[in-house]
Amino acid sequence: MSKSERPNQLFRNLNAKVASVPMVLTAVVIFVGGSAWTVLYSFTNSKLLPRLNFVGLDQYYRLWSTPRWLVSIENLLVYGVLSLVFSLVIGFILAALLDQKIRFEDTFRTIFLYPFALSFIVTGLVWQWLLNPEFGIQGVVRGLGWESFSFDPLYNSDIVIYGILIAALWQGTGLIMCLMLAGLRGIDEDIWKAARVDGIPTLKTYLFIIIPMMRPVFITALVIIAAGIVKVYDLVVAQTSGGPGIASEVPAKYVYDYMFFAQNLGQGFAASTMMLLSVVVVIVPWAYLEFGGKKRG
Amino acid sequence: MADLAVPLPADTGSIGLEASGPRGPKPRHVFSRRNIFLYGTLIVVALYYLLPLYVMVVTSLKGMPEIRLGNIFSPPLEITFEPWVKAWSSACTGLNCDGLSRGFWNSVRITVPSVILSIAIASVNGYALANWRFKGADTFFVILIVGAFIPYQVMIYPIVIILREIGLYGSLSGLVIVHSIFGMPILTLLFRNYFTSMPEELFRAARVDGAGFWGIYFRIMLPMSLPIFVVAIILQVTGIWNDFLFGVVYTRPDTYPMTVQLNNIVNSVQGVKEYNVNMAATILTGLVPLVVYFVSGKLFVRGIAAGAVKG
Repeated sequence: MSKSERPNQLFRNLNAKVASVPMVLTAVVIFVGGSAWTVLYSFTNSKLLPRLNFVGLDQYYRLWSTPRWLVSIENLLVYGVLSLVFSLVIGFILAALLDQKIRFEDTFRTIFLYPFALSFIVTGLVWQWLLNPEFGIQGVVRGLGWESFSFDPLYNSDIVIYGILIAALWQGTGLIMCLMLAGLRGIDEDIWKAARVDGIPTLKTYLFIIIPMMRPVFITALVIIAAGIVKVYDLVVAQTSGGPGIASEVPAKYVYDYMFFAQNLGQGFAASTMMLLSVVVVIVPWAYLEFGGKKRG
Repeated sequence: MADLAVPLPADTGSIGLEASGPRGPKPRHVFSRRNIFLYGTLIVVALYYLLPLYVMVVTSLKGMPEIRLGNIFSPPLEITFEPWVKAWSSACTGLNCDGLSRGFWNSVRITVPSVILSIAIASVNGYALANWRFKGADTFFVILIVGAFIPYQVMIYPIVIILREIGLYGSLSGLVIVHSIFGMPILTLLFRNYFTSMPEELFRAARVDGAGFWGIYFRIMLPMSLPIFVVAIILQVTGIWNDFLFGVVYTRPDTYPMTVQLNNIVNSVQGVKEYNVNMAATILTGLVPLVVYFVSGKLFVRGIAAGAVKG
């Protein structure tokens, strides 16, 4: 043990280490520590206050036999898959349309992106109003004489999640479009020239040359959308409050309600641990590929 | 190289379509099928995006009788600003009947310090990660980024306990800390990527001239990265203003941010639904981020391009 080297190693680059203290605290205490705490307490029968009284997997058995939780999971799956697919497809198509050297590009872009500035609460409330069966779109169409017209996603438990999806896509696709547009603009003009010289049709150029080249942009977009899906909470609260009945419940709302209203912390912890688990299954392989595989100097 | 000139348009009718570079399909006549399809699609989509805003504004300017009789798309026959006044100063949430103004000022007092604190932390941190790597830094960074995917619900309760222990639970400062924590992953990523993309020579030259950690940050990195700071400010102002979950968990009814109060006003079960007041309140809440967006639109887009195409 050479005594002179130790302090050197620790104090080398000290400022950078000091600057990283908030990051380290957040990463270790909140992200790792907080998650571990929640997972630990999900095995207890905590009610009003967290208590270390272990009951094994009881909370999980109860969770998976609660209809409300099962509905939440189903909704999240439907909503997640559809919003992922539609956001990427619509975002890319809009970006490709805007990339055709059109007039008023800025105007169109501004219009497509502005809902992104609005909160999910505002989004949810606007669409609640638009989809109001009495006064909204359905009412207007019926007023025009088409009496049997029916479009009331927010009051029909079978399709309520699509009503939420419409609002979510309205709010979020603009951002994806912008990311895609930036990606398209970042592609070398020569690629297009070469494709044209080789006589490759535009559609094929997009599918087989441009999109593979935009992999980093797609990953960024994917990451942003995925993070948004898991978080979906306020939109549902504002638009339907989980109704009609329990038809539009989502896991995040289940957790919140059990922790802060039902005073059944154990259920809340178990439900949030399930959310964490589903994210881990998706994220760990991705993080390994992105960061672990190749060491970038 | 001569063959590259072939795709350039030979017809003279291509008005408004610059032929500077042969990217995208070959420019053709203004009323070609391609143009009709292109602009037709864009206009239809644009109308879909504008519709909710239009309906919001129109509804908020009508009286209740007109809303009950008419159709949500028709412009108001008699314009009234009463719903706006009511939404701002006398709409009720629970026992308080002083309107959204309370929530507005709460949101201001939450947003301003949160934006400053979170950006200060993340920019310095991103700079340290980009230019002053130390052993283990990347490990924590990966944890941070992966942590951004952990559902907030998993960490909400431990944070409640921590804030209660340090006596900040229910206060605005507690919420500011929470916003700084959860803004950290995306902002750090943004700044790290931006600083990484800056020429390494700049940094080396400053080192040779004897500048230290903070010297380089304040004299070189900060002035050269103003666009990314603007992007970060826009992201944070809109993000924090629009937050609902943290507001509802970490504040008390008298310190509720605007979004929480708005939801309570609109989705309250008692009383007659006043759709015009609700829509006025909704616009008021959306106004701040909308103004930020329209004022800074171009920078917003340019910045996203800088942050997203990662290094």
